Amino acid sequence: MEFLSYLISGISLGSVYAIIALGYTMVYGIAKMLNFAHGDVIMVGGYISLLSMSSLGLPWPLAVILAMLVCTVLGVVIEGLAYKPLRSAPSLAVLITAIGVSYFLQNAALLLWGASPKAYTPIIAGSVKLFEGQLSISYVSMLTVFMCIVIMIALTLFTGKTRMGKAMRACSEDKAAAQLMGINVNRTISMTFAIGSALAAIAGVLLCSSYTSLMPTTGSMPGIKAFTAAVFGGIGSIPGALLGGVLLGIIESLAKAYISTQLANSIVFAVLIITLLVRPAGLLGKYVPEKV
Amino acid sequence: MKLKSRKLKKTTVIDFATYIGVILAFIIMNTLKSQGMLTRSLTGQLIPICCYIVMAVSLNLTVGILGELSLGHAGFMSVGAFSGIVAAMSLQSVIPSEALRLAIALVVGAIFAAIAGTLVGIPVLRLRGDYLAIVTLAFGEIIKELINCLIIGVDEAGLHVINATGTKSVNDLGLSEAGRVLIKGAQGATGTQTIASFTAGFILIMISLVIILNLVRSRSGRAIMALRDNRIAAESVGINVTKYKMMAFVTSAALAGAAGALYGLNFSNLVATKFDFNTSILVLVFVVLGGLGNIWGSIIAATVLTILPEALRGFADYRMLIYAIVLILVMLATNNPQLKALFAKLIPVRKGENVNGQA
Repeated sequence: MEFLSYLISGISLGSVYAIIALGYTMVYGIAKMLNFAHGDVIMVGGYISLLSMSSLGLPWPLAVILAMLVCTVLGVVIEGLAYKPLRSAPSLAVLITAIGVSYFLQNAALLLWGASPKAYTPIIAGSVKLFEGQLSISYVSMLTVFMCIVIMIALTLFTGKTRMGKAMRACSEDKAAAQLMGINVNRTISMTFAIGSALAAIAGVLLCSSYTSLMPTTGSMPGIKAFTAAVFGGIGSIPGALLGGVLLGIIESLAKAYISTQLANSIVFAVLIITLLVRPAGLLGKYVPEKV
Repeated sequence: MKLKSRKLKKTTVIDFATYIGVILAFIIMNTLKSQGMLTRSLTGQLIPICCYIVMAVSLNLTVGILGELSLGHAGFMSVGAFSGIVAAMSLQSVIPSEALRLAIALVVGAIFAAIAGTLVGIPVLRLRGDYLAIVTLAFGEIIKELINCLIIGVDEAGLHVINATGTKSVNDLGLSEAGRVLIKGAQGATGTQTIASFTAGFILIMISLVIILNLVRSRSGRAIMALRDNRIAAESVGINVTKYKMMAFVTSAALAGAAGALYGLNFSNLVATKFDFNTSILVLVFVVLGGLGNIWGSIIAATVLTILPEALRGFADYRMLIYAIVLILVMLATNNPQLKALFAKLIPVRKGENVNGQA
């Protein structure tokens, strides 16, 4: 029974990682860049939803939508101001710019909202008790898993069926060819950032609801782990992000429970390293052999 | 004798200019320091600046010369720092001379970091591109957590090392009366005697420069750069990929370890979480801003960016925000095509000049 509850908390944590990882994997697939600021967009989403619930007194669905709107705008603005001028620059230059944006968001949050952790009221309280109270599943974790599945289905349909989604896939395949076919590459990339940032806002609300505290650096560690999850599942692949995120969450939760709390992250990373040695392109990634 | 043969190669001139620049900077700073003309905060930063310069130069070997992105460089610094502290503190009664102990600590730090570099390098260097980057990140985090779990003490019988993951504490070390605890798990190293000196930092920078510049200009260095520019072509002319990759990676790790040992012996308290992902990124920022493969660029970037947050102290709470904005603006400006074209006009590239390296 204990095992089951750890497993469930792992799946719930992993679903949050999966939602964050989706943002990483989509941006990576299309813009071929590691968006280090993604974790901090999560933090901004957390703060916006917290403020709109506590200060403005909005009900939680409206707060989530407001957070999504703010993060979407933020993501598009970041992309336009910081990343767009570097489209043709070497990838390391873009990486450093992304790190700069990440510092900027963290320090702006520090100035606006202070360094001390803020208490975050979970958007839904309470839990279901099963097996005569031996196993309790909080509504938040159920909602997290549910949201993760919904987002995954929606994104799969979006990239597979809509014009914009097809444009995205074309861009990730070959940008120059896509442009020749009349696809507006810049707009497609902006759109990808918009979707990724909106997902980050949802992830922020869910993450803060399960950890119930929020500070300017809240987003960075989950951000790194979600990126790890994206690589674990095969970066650029949407089902890969889901699989990687959930597996990472389960491994972390079980490692914390049964091996060591202090070494949980090490175990997660060790599993990643071993996986990459056996499958160098991640679990579901396509291995592209180099042509000479 | 022909006149032409006396003319030095351009790379040689740059190398000597780098050495002379560092020596001059050291002499100026030392004079200013002895005259008491430096502010206290700047004096306190001299040794960390030396450490960061060595870190940046060594990371430049991996990222700029070998061309592999490493996000876990702070891990090697951490290994070097804690092994250096243990070495220096446990030899305290045996070797009275501080300078000698410091030298031994730096060597021990370098050796342990080189061992860590070898262990990490064997799996990591099989991967490529972003996968390699994420695995170095993972190793950096693993090293941080493992060191966070160490409890090390010393007494007449020698070193005592235990793993603090469970409920074990300092009392489980089994130290004798005269024994001392050197590293207390998550609390890190406390009560370290601060024996690091600016002169030692300067010597360390010079040694790293000699090692790296000579490596880069040698046959092995050319092999390493050939791997960066085109791995398949390099392999096809008989360059041993693993050997040269390991050579660059382990050298880089060893120098980071020595820098870490110097850094560790500059502070009486040091926790393992100091050497986290953010520190790795900080050093990477030095390297990229200074220019990939450009050694003196790394030196200047490391110095300026270490002083910058202090210099911005007048802006109080806004200083890290300004730092972030400066970072973004510099990256945007240096990669702006119009600005690049302007610079190219101002500084005409001479025939046969080495133009690579500028990222």
